Amino acid sequence: MAVIEPHRAAATTDTRDRPDPPTEPAAPAPGRRRMAAALLLAVPAAAWLLLYFVVPSLQLLWTSLTTPEPGLANYTALADGAAVTIIVRTLVMAIVVAVVCALIAYPYAYLMTIATRRWRAVLLILVLVPFWTSLLARTFAWVVLLQDGGLVERGFAALGFGSVQLLGTPVGVTLAMAQVMLPFMVLPLYNTMRGINRRLVDAALSLGAHPVQAFLRVYLPLSFPGLAAGATLVLVLSLGFYVTPALVGSPQQSMLAQYIGVQVNELVNFGGAGALALTLLIVTLVLLAAVQLLTRRRNADQGSIATSTFGGAA
Amino acid sequence: MSDNTTGASIEVAGLTKVFKNTTRPAVDAIDLDVRPGEFMTLLGPSGSGKTTVLNMIAGFEDVTEGRILLDGQDIAQRPPYKRNLGMVFQDYALFPHMTAAENVAFPLQRRKIGREETTRRVAEALDVVRLGQHGDRLPSQLSGGQQQRVALARAIVFRPRALLLDEPLGALDKRLRDSLQLEISRLHSELGITFVFVTHDQEEALALSDRIAVFRDGHIEQVGTPTDLYETPASHFVATFLGDSNVFTGTVRDGVLDTGESELRCSGPDGPSTLIVRPERMTIGHNGSSGQNRLTGTVTDVVYQGAFRRIHVRFDSGRPGMIRDGTDAPSVTAGERVDVSWDVAHGVVVADRDDAVVTT
Amino acid sequence: MTGSTKLRRILTVFAVLIAIWLVVPVLIVIPISFSGENSFAFPPSSWGVGHYVTFFTEQSWLTSLLVSLQLAVIVTLIATVLGTMAAFAIVRATRGSGAMERFFTAPLIVPGIVIAVALYVAFLQWGLIGTATGFIAAHTVLSLPFVVVNVANVLRGYDRTLDRAAAMLGASPWTTFRTVTLPIIRPGVLSGALFAFVTSFDEVVVSLFVQSPQLQTLPVRMFTSITNEVDPTIAAASTVVLVVSTLVLGMASLTRRSKTNV
Repeated sequence: MAVIEPHRAAATTDTRDRPDPPTEPAAPAPGRRRMAAALLLAVPAAAWLLLYFVVPSLQLLWTSLTTPEPGLANYTALADGAAVTIIVRTLVMAIVVAVVCALIAYPYAYLMTIATRRWRAVLLILVLVPFWTSLLARTFAWVVLLQDGGLVERGFAALGFGSVQLLGTPVGVTLAMAQVMLPFMVLPLYNTMRGINRRLVDAALSLGAHPVQAFLRVYLPLSFPGLAAGATLVLVLSLGFYVTPALVGSPQQSMLAQYIGVQVNELVNFGGAGALALTLLIVTLVLLAAVQLLTRRRNADQGSIATSTFGGAA
Repeated sequence: MSDNTTGASIEVAGLTKVFKNTTRPAVDAIDLDVRPGEFMTLLGPSGSGKTTVLNMIAGFEDVTEGRILLDGQDIAQRPPYKRNLGMVFQDYALFPHMTAAENVAFPLQRRKIGREETTRRVAEALDVVRLGQHGDRLPSQLSGGQQQRVALARAIVFRPRALLLDEPLGALDKRLRDSLQLEISRLHSELGITFVFVTHDQEEALALSDRIAVFRDGHIEQVGTPTDLYETPASHFVATFLGDSNVFTGTVRDGVLDTGESELRCSGPDGPSTLIVRPERMTIGHNGSSGQNRLTGTVTDVVYQGAFRRIHVRFDSGRPGMIRDGTDAPSVTAGERVDVSWDVAHGVVVADRDDAVVTT
Repeated sequence: MTGSTKLRRILTVFAVLIAIWLVVPVLIVIPISFSGENSFAFPPSSWGVGHYVTFFTEQSWLTSLLVSLQLAVIVTLIATVLGTMAAFAIVRATRGSGAMERFFTAPLIVPGIVIAVALYVAFLQWGLIGTATGFIAAHTVLSLPFVVVNVANVLRGYDRTLDRAAAMLGASPWTTFRTVTLPIIRPGVLSGALFAFVTSFDEVVVSLFVQSPQLQTLPVRMFTSITNEVDPTIAAASTVVLVVSTLVLGMASLTRRSKTNV
């Protein structure tokens, strides 16, 4: 995109005064008319979202508080029996996936920072490729790989592990989810690592620190914002994940999203499903807000999180 | 391009602009009369309101009060794209996705001019700014000076009767600025249309203008030809904004300014006054004639500028002063005690005092 | 730490393994799609294009493919127009920019299952389950944020003086948009549109809930296939989807990446 950058063209070498900094706003100061026109442009999109996003969400909230009877019954039901098991299982799974991703992503992201420009581009594209490929296709690939007699089982057999059943097990789901979630961990980590001045580690070494110490006490803390952001993102995405657990896992060991689906499709328990879904939403928002606060990234707004993860970190 | 397009007259009457959430007007009831075909410069420091006036004439700022008359018609309510004025911007504002020729053709296409005619006039306009060979280049392939020339061509190709220029040379280096100044001057003579030129550079204003309007804090302090403004400034501000000045303040009585430390003859009414003497009107030494004022002082600095030199002195009164003379004049060194004199007739008395303004 | 070559070598091996783990699994789908038999056995013992034939001729597959394609096109058009307008509002308004942007990107942070359930309950009430309107409504909600973010990004770098220049040259606001602004922001608009297309084309969770046997998208058909049957046509479908979305998103990312450096 070619945009004029006027002052790049001016090689001012003289000693005369620079042009005055504008004291009045450079863009046309919007009269009330122009301001209204600008806002008006947002109306169609806002109307669409209101009708097909906000209203259904509010309705769901209403349903969860009134079906089958008015009250908080649906929410208190979350605390007992089946729901708790599911929630705990989902939480554990999400944490495991986040940890696995962190362990894998950290060295990968670090390598990206020390790689030459060309290789860095290659590594980045490899991380971005999963974004470009259909989730369903990827998940199906895992179904094939994890099936009995599939490649992964054969690989384990070759390594002497005997027959391992993976499809339909939490282990299989974890493996598949970790691969799907990895880019979400690598990208924020890489972004943060990019900004770390590596001379700081050199300084620590020169001051007598053992490499491991230098890493633990200098580099790791500096990389924390990216680590936290990535881990939270993976955690949040894993909590609400539907496709991969549904296809690679089993109904007996279902996760939260599948459980909600069952409430809706098979049990017609809209109130309960609503309560679960909204609780999930609240937990998601709280976690995302927490990581923003913790890492205090000024421009870690939805737009840039979205752009850097979903929109391709280009 | 030299056809019989005549310049438009632009008149603003009681023009006022108050920005939102401010109390002091950025432009305060300005009256200005730009004559057809004249090169009028709006000159002043930043924040003086000159750019706001230009933006109001162009239509980018709403008018709080007052009228803008183009050939006698009030255009203050007209949107910018219906005012038929040419405009040149400080950052050129060339459309980056179009070649130079396409940029220049743009206004003609808006006026539904046929393709052949458009091609002809675009070539003509580019020739006028001496870029005839560069029509196919993108702005990113042109230098700053070339981009500004394309911007000029684009602004005149549709034969507007007035051209507005918003500090067009501000982004260029000195040499380029000087050469483009000549081009702009030449363009004005050739086209014969009205130019309204905004700048904070007083040398530029003196060089290019038929008349200059000096802006300060939303008001016009003085309007006049460069000579008027330079030789007979109406106020302390104008005197010190345009060119260098030696400033003496005191009280005039019977043609003598009493500064407290010296008595200087001048021609001006009685009362508190400021006497302005241009550095080139002063000389080192004296010829003993009675038509001169004379002061003694010590040279503090001699600044060599090639074609001339600036001699900074500290008068015995303690005030600083500056003399400007040619390198043929006898040499002086720092620390030397000298006489400084000037013809009484070359001193200008302005009635107001402005102690906030720093002299020379 | 930077200079240690041993560490570098270990890291490189590790990164290569991870890269393989990232990319290769997907590729397994391709040979299976060319297998000559009705199982997911890998490697296949025979080869053929039968599954592709099935995919492009059997009614349920073909219909769902066409539905997905048409839906994606319609959704892209609507989302691009609405999203571009919203982006203008966000970038050009003096107040409320942040709030507007948060509002329009909200669908991105709400978990898919939540949106799916909310829309299911609402659509049941409004009679939109399994209807084109329902699908269009739902997919547009999901695609809109991508357009808004991409267009707003490119719009922020846009030099407003160009609009003034165009006005002084006689262009009305609409003409200015058409001849000056749009050509310059086109990469961002295009990028947003491509993401919108893929978002709709690949969308699974919400589609699963707003569909009906009468109207299904390709991802829904694929999902049902994986859960209910052992039919390698799904491999052919996956390969086709892979090719389409990889191409489209690859294009989108490349148009944006060419202006930035890593």
